[in-house]
Amino acid sequence: MRAPSKPYATARAGGIPVSAGQAGADLPLDPKGTRQRWLGLKIAVAVALWVGAYGQLGRFAGWLTYDVFDLGRHTHLGSSVDFFVTDVPKIFLLLAGIIPVVSVIRSFIPPEKVRKVVAGKGELAGTVLAALLGTVTPFCSCSAVPMFIGFLESGLPLGVTFAFLIASPVVNEVALVMLAGLFGVKIALLYVGLGLVVAIVGGTVIGRLHLESQVEDYVYKIKMGEALTTHLTFEQRLADAVSYTKDILRRVFPWVLGGIVFGAAIHGYAPTAFVAHYAGRGNPLAVPMVVIIAIPLYSNAAGTIPIVQALIQKGLPMGTTLAFMMAITAISTPEMVILRKVIKPKLIAVFITVVTLAIIMIGYVFNAVL
Amino acid sequence: MNVKILGTGCANCRRLEGLVKEVASEAGLQLDIEKVTEIPAIMSYGIMHTPGLVIDGELKASGRVPARAEITEWLSPR
Repeated sequence: MRAPSKPYATARAGGIPVSAGQAGADLPLDPKGTRQRWLGLKIAVAVALWVGAYGQLGRFAGWLTYDVFDLGRHTHLGSSVDFFVTDVPKIFLLLAGIIPVVSVIRSFIPPEKVRKVVAGKGELAGTVLAALLGTVTPFCSCSAVPMFIGFLESGLPLGVTFAFLIASPVVNEVALVMLAGLFGVKIALLYVGLGLVVAIVGGTVIGRLHLESQVEDYVYKIKMGEALTTHLTFEQRLADAVSYTKDILRRVFPWVLGGIVFGAAIHGYAPTAFVAHYAGRGNPLAVPMVVIIAIPLYSNAAGTIPIVQALIQKGLPMGTTLAFMMAITAISTPEMVILRKVIKPKLIAVFITVVTLAIIMIGYVFNAVL
Repeated sequence: MNVKILGTGCANCRRLEGLVKEVASEAGLQLDIEKVTEIPAIMSYGIMHTPGLVIDGELKASGRVPARAEITEWLSPR
C-alpha cells in the first residue's frame, strides 16, 4: 500500500508546509503572484500524482497478490490478501484525496459561525440545518462539550443541539469515502441519508420531551465571549488541511488494521450458517439484536468498515449491517462519559433510547427496501 | 509575553503547547505560558473548538494547530 499512496503524500505533505513557512518571512521579496503560481503548480502536481496512483491500484494489487505472493485467485487466503492489498490502499488513497478537500471547505464553516446561522432559524429548519452541519463537522471528544455548551448558550433548543450531536459522529467524510470505495456510491449516499434521518428524528423527539432541566445547571450559567474571527489565507487553510489529513490517516490506521483483524476473524471463524441463522433475513429480531450488541462497542467509522464487509459476506442483509455500523459510531461508552459532564443521567438514557429506536427502525426499512 | 493555551488536554492542545515551547526556546524568549483547562474559562474567549491560542490577551487561533511560522511571527517582538 505504500507505493501508490506515497508520491501523493510526499508531494502534498512535503510541499505546502514549506510554502506556508516562507509566507511570512519572504513577503517583501516574493511578490504574491509568484507564490500563488507556485501553490497552484503544487496542487496540480499533487492531483496528477493522486490520479496516476489511483489508476494503477487494481494492477498493483493483482500483481502483488497473484504474482508476488502467488496465491490462488479463489482461495480463502487469496481473497483476504486481495482485500488487504486492493481495498486498504484504495481506502487510504481516497481518504488522502477527500479529507484535504473537506477540511478546506470546513475551515469556512467553523462551529462559532454555525451556531449563529442556526440560531436565526425556526425549530424544524434549525434541526435540519444542525444535522447537515453535523455531517461536515468531525466529532472530537475534546470539542463535544464546548460545542454542546456553545449551542445552548446561543439560545438553540435542546433538540437542535442533539440533532448536531447525533449527526456529527455518525455521518462524516471518512465513513462516506469508505462505504463508497467498498460498496459503491449508492450505499454510501443511503447511509448518509439515513444518518441524517436519525439525527433529525432523534433531535426532534428529544426537543419535544422538554428535558431542559436534565442539563447540568452550570451549563446555562456559562457566558461565551465574542470570538474574534481570525482571517485565514487560502495557504493557511491548505496547510491546516494537509496537517489534519496526516493526523487523521495516522489515527485511522490502527482502527482499520484492528477492523481488518476482527473482520478476518469473522470471515474465517464465524460459520456462515450460524451468522445467517441468527442475524440473517430469517430472524425478524436480527436488527434490534445487532444494534444492542453494537451500542457499548466503540470504534470510529473507519474501523467498522472491514467488519461490516465481513458481515455482508457472511450473508447479513445490508440494513442490519448498516444499523450495526451506525450503532457502533453513534453511541459509545466514552462519548456518554464525556456527555455526562454536561447532561444528567436521565437525559443520557433518553438520548440512548431515542437513537437506538431510530437506528432499529432504519435497519428494518433498509432491509425491506433493498 | 503571556501565552495561554486553551484546551481540556486533547492531543492537539498538547501539540500546540509543545510547539509554542519549542519556538520560544529557539528564539530565546521568556514566555509566561498558562494552560487554561476549565471549560467556562475556555469558552469566555468565544471558542467552541479547541485548541485555542491567546497571546497577550488576544485570541490568535482556535480549532487548529497553527504552523510553526505563524507562531514564530506572533511571538516575535515588534
